Amino acid sequence: MKPTNTNNPNHFHKVVDCQWACPAHTDVPEYIRKIAQGDFTQAYMLNRESNIFPGILGRVCDRPCEPACRRGRTNQKPVAICRLKRVAADHRGDISAHMPIIPKNKNGKRVALIGAGCASLAVANDLMPIGYECTIFEALKEPGGLMRSNIPSFRLPANVLNEEINAIVDMGADLRLNHPIESMKSLLAEGYDAVFVGTGAPKGKELKLPGREEATANIHIGITWLESVAFGHLDAIGKRVLIIGVGNTAMDCCRTSLRLGAKDVKVMARKPRDFFKASDWELEDAEEENVEIIVNHSPKEFVLEDGRLVGMKFEQVEYDIEYGRIVNQWTTGEIVVPCDDVILAIGQENAFPWIERDLGMEFDQWEVPVVDETTFESTLPGVFFGGDSAFGPKNIIWAVEHGHQAAISIHRHCQGKALTERLPVLMNLGSRKMGMHEWSFSNDFDPAARRKMEHVELDQRFKDLTTEVELGFTAEQAQQEVERCLNCDIQTVFFDSLCIECDACLDICPTQCLTITTNADKGDLFGQLRAPRREPEQPLYVSEPLKQTTRVMVKDENLCLHCSLCAERCPTAAWDMQKSGFEFPRAIDHNGTS
Amino acid sequence: MTYITKPRIDLPGQSTNKIGLLRRDYEGVLSTLCAGCGHDSITAAIVQAFWELSIPPEKVVKLSGIGCSSKTPAYFISGAHGFNSVHGRMPSVATGALAGNRDLVCIGVSGDGDSLSIGFGQFGHAVRRNINMLYIIENNGVYGLTKGQFSASADKGSKAKRGEINQWKNIDSVSTAISMGGSFAARSFSGDREQLVTLIKAGVMHPGCAILDVVSPCVTFNDHLGSTKSYLYTRDHYHPALETDFVAPANEITTSYAEGESTVVELHDGSKLLLKKADSGYDATNRSKVLRYLEQQRARGEVVTGLLFINAELPEMHLIYGTSKTAMKDLRFDKLNPGSLALAELQSRMR
Ligand SMILES: Cc1cc2nc3c(=O)[nH]c(=O)nc-3n(C[C@H](O)[C@H](O)[C@H](O)COP(=O)(O)OP(=O)(O)OC[C@H]3O[C@@H](n4cnc5c(N)ncnc54)[C@H](O)[C@@H]3O)c2cc1C
Ligand SMILES: Cc1ncc(C[n+]2csc(CCOP(=O)(O)OP(=O)(O)O)c2C)c(N)n1
Ligand code: SF4
Ligand code: SF4
Ligand code: SF4
Ligand SMILES: [Mg+2]
Repeated sequence: MKPTNTNNPNHFHKVVDCQWACPAHTDVPEYIRKIAQGDFTQAYMLNRESNIFPGILGRVCDRPCEPACRRGRTNQKPVAICRLKRVAADHRGDISAHMPIIPKNKNGKRVALIGAGCASLAVANDLMPIGYECTIFEALKEPGGLMRSNIPSFRLPANVLNEEINAIVDMGADLRLNHPIESMKSLLAEGYDAVFVGTGAPKGKELKLPGREEATANIHIGITWLESVAFGHLDAIGKRVLIIGVGNTAMDCCRTSLRLGAKDVKVMARKPRDFFKASDWELEDAEEENVEIIVNHSPKEFVLEDGRLVGMKFEQVEYDIEYGRIVNQWTTGEIVVPCDDVILAIGQENAFPWIERDLGMEFDQWEVPVVDETTFESTLPGVFFGGDSAFGPKNIIWAVEHGHQAAISIHRHCQGKALTERLPVLMNLGSRKMGMHEWSFSNDFDPAARRKMEHVELDQRFKDLTTEVELGFTAEQAQQEVERCLNCDIQTVFFDSLCIECDACLDICPTQCLTITTNADKGDLFGQLRAPRREPEQPLYVSEPLKQTTRVMVKDENLCLHCSLCAERCPTAAWDMQKSGFEFPRAIDHNGTS
Repeated sequence: MTYITKPRIDLPGQSTNKIGLLRRDYEGVLSTLCAGCGHDSITAAIVQAFWELSIPPEKVVKLSGIGCSSKTPAYFISGAHGFNSVHGRMPSVATGALAGNRDLVCIGVSGDGDSLSIGFGQFGHAVRRNINMLYIIENNGVYGLTKGQFSASADKGSKAKRGEINQWKNIDSVSTAISMGGSFAARSFSGDREQLVTLIKAGVMHPGCAILDVVSPCVTFNDHLGSTKSYLYTRDHYHPALETDFVAPANEITTSYAEGESTVVELHDGSKLLLKKADSGYDATNRSKVLRYLEQQRARGEVVTGLLFINAELPEMHLIYGTSKTAMKDLRFDKLNPGSLALAELQSRMR
């Protein structure tokens, strides 16, 4: 195999599994280190640089970083990355001195942002410090998008939401609430330099079954229903509630029902558990509240008596599953489950009735605008999309990353520069060696198990809608959890010219991730590795030929614990532990570039 | 030397040997030798070989004298019995241990200083008595522990770290062992893990005293230009005279080998050693030819490695003494110690 080019930032970036998995590439190990040092404010600001909403995301992020965490590959649970974000947010000091300075003299460019959800807010966050004038149009009476209208406050308290949204609005954005945009054409006529569409995927899916119309008073569309609850238009529901669908919206619907007086809540799933869309932790939290999740029931009919909903008829289904795929299914019977209300939580869709189709903007076969995946521009120059409105429902952190990228595009667009010529990611490496056996990071492997998040007692939870369920980590828990981080950003960097092939590093490595062997093509080389290559997606390092024997040093990054034992054992310092830092260019970095 | 401990973590799919133990169950405490010392590589090879042979740790006795090399038994098989003797006296302790319990698997680790200077007499008698043990000499050409003075294995003309030239002819443990009537003499290199593991296995299974001299660079005092025991010099002059395969008792020899180019040596427990000649005409069972060959290669300055001499038929100590087949420690007490009356009777017969 060819020697690995470690100058390509992707090689070492991939080693930092969590940061690589985070859509906004939050520098997880470094903020965890800051927490360990008690510097909560810097930990918070480091988060904010990438994900903008550390307090919000520290509670409700979809956390793709956690399944990616290296700990998970050593037979342990991942580091509680998300909860540690909340620790930073809960304990930070005053951040005003660390916030970007907003120029008094504007740059003369005006941008319209439609919708005050996280995508638009991210764009404003990146453009205001450059001097843009941002006008945000929001249909609802409060900003925040689904974070406000759908994510219940027992998961995400209003004060946390307000604080982090205000931090952006207070940069001087012109926020126009109760201001739905009803015509793209007339907005364009107002002469903005760029328009960003961050309107989300606002349409909840329907379930057209017999009885739907007749029983409509007791059948609710999940996201609309949650919005009515959030804005206080609704404060009660029947005693027995069925939720149709088993995604994250369903989890919020069932738990909200319990807080509005429901006593018997069932989530009805068509398929077995392995096929659920909801995250494991959301399912666990719902089940902890005694929500019953019933699998293999396919809805057939709303059952009415005297014009009132009394239950729902389901087909009971069995499945043949091979290698995680359904290969066959059949019905075994029918059952009517009695209920007072039904909530439909089977998905969301984009809808753009307010965008005229004669503006030169291309729409695809599903009536969704065609959007470029890198620049986020529609086919109408100067009109950008991001968040759920761009490629369908995702999550907050994706919407934020879309916002960062769209802001770069808007800035380039307003400077008349090509949108595709964006700055590359930069990497720097710096040794963490302090002395003979001293490293300036906590390299000793800590076998401790993941700390458990404590919850408010069940009987205390349901008295209102706003009691936050999760208590946050105690100081002791946080202190233990930070030590579980394996410091994946402290890279093992190899200098082939120094190696005398004494094997010391190979023998000390606790996970056998190092091999010195005769170079060969991929298949043969993999066969010679001391630990079998289990994760083909994980980076592999192959050195230049070694001086004494022309063999090569090979490292499979998959199981490296970043314990630095290889570097300690090397007599010639051919291995060094070096901190990698990555710079992700933002809109402001695109000032004055070609 | 490392201060943090090597973490013990459970990895998915790690393999166990025939008696259900992990490789790490054959490890010892963390080494305190200099980083990069060849001795640590030999330790790793010992761990590997004993794990692959599935020898229960509690059946092993590990012994040593004094020196960096002699510290190493602490770094493998924590569950074994052990004794760290005075300088050069490891063979005496081995003789005693095996006299008392012939069922033990005995491994002695010594150094070129420990065995070829102060312990030279002990070394000679261990070979002569053919004590059933694996006797490893971790050979770095210096007294590592006392800061790098030349040892008796240092080649004439080789240069010390501070520049002086060695004036003395070296003692070669391999040819010495053969000429003293030894039954097994091999050389290897700490940097050739594959060969080393095989020779350790062969030495463990050999029913007699297996002398295994392993060139093991001292990174701190003898790894410079002008040294003939450095990593670089050893690699440049490395010359395997023959390849050895170790075939465990129940297994068949599967590799095909040309008649005349290989020899099969069968050991008492049914395991086999397949010796494949790299140098044509090399015969590891012919003592005089081997000695001549070694002398020839020595003149050329080559580091000849492999299982250089074997005679699996020579009787080991217990056979020569005709001692009880049952280990002494397992004899019934009244048999082992027939009492003072029996002693008095024996003495009266000698009057
Ligand atoms: C019940 C539920 C729970 C969720 N839980 C989580 C979670 O725990 N974690 C997570 O990461 N994600 C979660 N999500 C997904 C997440 O909320 C969305 O992916 C995210 O909010 C998308 O952000 P956005 O800015 O693209 O759009 P939105 O948040 O949908 O914001 C769009 C805004 O635009 C406004 N708007 C729409 N049309 C117009 C118009 N024509 N004129 C003016 N304003 C308009 C809307 O009123 C809204 O305020 C959840 C979603 C739902 C439905
Ligand atoms: C009776 C006695 N004499 C001398 C010494 C000093 N001494 C300690 S180690 C050593 C030499 C060890 O050399 P070697 O066996 O080659 O081991 P190495 O350290 O090179 O591995 C000597 C002379 C001693 N400990 N005891
Ligand atoms: S840091 Fe070095 S010794 Fe530790 S696991 Fe990684 S490669 Fe192995
Ligand atoms: S410890 Fe250092 S010199 Fe020895 S093999 Fe490893 S990298 Fe090479
Ligand atoms: S002094 Fe030499 S022999 Fe002793 S531990 Fe250090 S490198 Fe090894
Ligand atoms: Mg020595």
